[in-house]
Amino acid sequence: MNHSLHRIPSVALLSVILCLASGCQRHTASSISLFPESGEVSGWTKAPEVRTFPADKLSDYIDGDAEKYLKAGVRSTSTADYKFKDQFQVTVDIYTMSTADGAKTVFESEPAMDAKTPALGDAARLFAQSLIFRKGPYLVRMVAYQDSPEVTQAMVKLGLAVEKKLSP
Amino acid sequence: MKTPEGKTRRDFLKGCALGALAAGAGRYVFATDGKVIPPAAAGAKSKVVVARDPSLYATSPTPDSARVQKLLDQAMQHFFDSPDPISPWKKLVHPGEVVGLKVNTIAGRGLSTHPVLVAAITERLQQAGVKPSNIIVWDRTNEELDRAGFALSNDPNHIRFVGTDSKQIGYDETVFTAGSVHTRLSNLLTRACDCMINLPILKNHEMAGVTLALKNMYGVNNNPDKFHHNNCCPGVADLNLLPPIRNKFRFVVGDAMTACFAGGPDYKPQYSWRYNGLMVASDPVAIDTTAWQIIEKKRAERGLNTLAQAGMPPNYIAVAADPLHGLGTNDPNHIELLEV
Repeated sequence: MNHSLHRIPSVALLSVILCLASGCQRHTASSISLFPESGEVSGWTKAPEVRTFPADKLSDYIDGDAEKYLKAGVRSTSTADYKFKDQFQVTVDIYTMSTADGAKTVFESEPAMDAKTPALGDAARLFAQSLIFRKGPYLVRMVAYQDSPEVTQAMVKLGLAVEKKLSP
Repeated sequence: MKTPEGKTRRDFLKGCALGALAAGAGRYVFATDGKVIPPAAAGAKSKVVVARDPSLYATSPTPDSARVQKLLDQAMQHFFDSPDPISPWKKLVHPGEVVGLKVNTIAGRGLSTHPVLVAAITERLQQAGVKPSNIIVWDRTNEELDRAGFALSNDPNHIRFVGTDSKQIGYDETVFTAGSVHTRLSNLLTRACDCMINLPILKNHEMAGVTLALKNMYGVNNNPDKFHHNNCCPGVADLNLLPPIRNKFRFVVGDAMTACFAGGPDYKPQYSWRYNGLMVASDPVAIDTTAWQIIEKKRAERGLNTLAQAGMPPNYIAVAADPLHGLGTNDPNHIELLEV
């Protein structure tokens, strides 16, 4: 029952087998261009599976949190898991909104607390274990499941690679 | 507003409430001899125990299993005034019953009921005489269980870890109705289990305000997305009136080891903190009221508005406590909060 990074391939395979009827769409890595592939960013490995939830299935992924995205005009959400040098794992969610205002609305709705503001996209917030930024109609959220000195720096590098793939 | 059966909402809720009172269901008081007594008859306050251990995580990203077991025992023994860790479970369940443990896994590995807590509970249940084959750990989907770290298994000879979305399970064909809620419930609840122990996680919820015991039942039915409007009120309260939930609910063991004070219900590390606690109660309204207080306190510490000021008042808690629902008490004067 541990959450070892080594579980990523088996988790992905098992979830594909078990949840074909869950409402989300699953893609092979090659069909998704928004997520950097393994090796594109030094140290980062991407799990093969990308899950995509259309707006009407978003609550299957994030339960009641879906409401604020729906109100802000979310079109779809894609998510993929990454690991960094066998040290920690990160989930990357990319929300595609109808407009840049929609991405801004969600971004601004969350408390900034003590966030740092790296130069990323139109606006970004960096916390100890998470990075959020928006660029045009996209809102990107990264969540790390461990805390270590390398997490923030590595997430920013991955974020820059994601940013390059987002059309304005 | 009339229900499909032609009853007014008030008539319907009154009937449900009377039924709940008649059965003494939904919340129990346990006498020292193990007998279940309705609170009204007992004249007792609703007890909520909050047990905490600041060293629960030590230096690990996951809680220490031995400390979790000890913390669980501490909470249960204080709740039941028991000298040993097995007796509370013997009061809660009978050896022949099929016991469902309803976890909360929608937020993934960062903010879901910890597998180590479930392991501690299943250990004590077995020591209390419940066969492994009579224990079902469940939530709405296999994928969520898997992502939260549970090893899926539907082997009827062992403890089962299974989601309602499994092909051989699904939702009961019966449409249950209470007030604003028209829904189908998991067959795991309606058919497979004789009783349910609720294992929620302490979280903020940007619609409901607070999610612990009552809101965790949104993982029991097939259309929870229909009941999030108006801060999930009266959706949460009405859902908990449904007879299969009301009658099979037995106890709450709330996982507050890692909790969330904002941005919920999904996992956002910047709004989570290690509360290092477990919360136990037989009154789901009383424990949710306590959860509300804990989250408000943390929000104040972090300089955030109250939940009401932030537009997410957990009004469903008061509705759950009203005479028409009668699911428990939200009156602090009638809650005995024991912090250990």
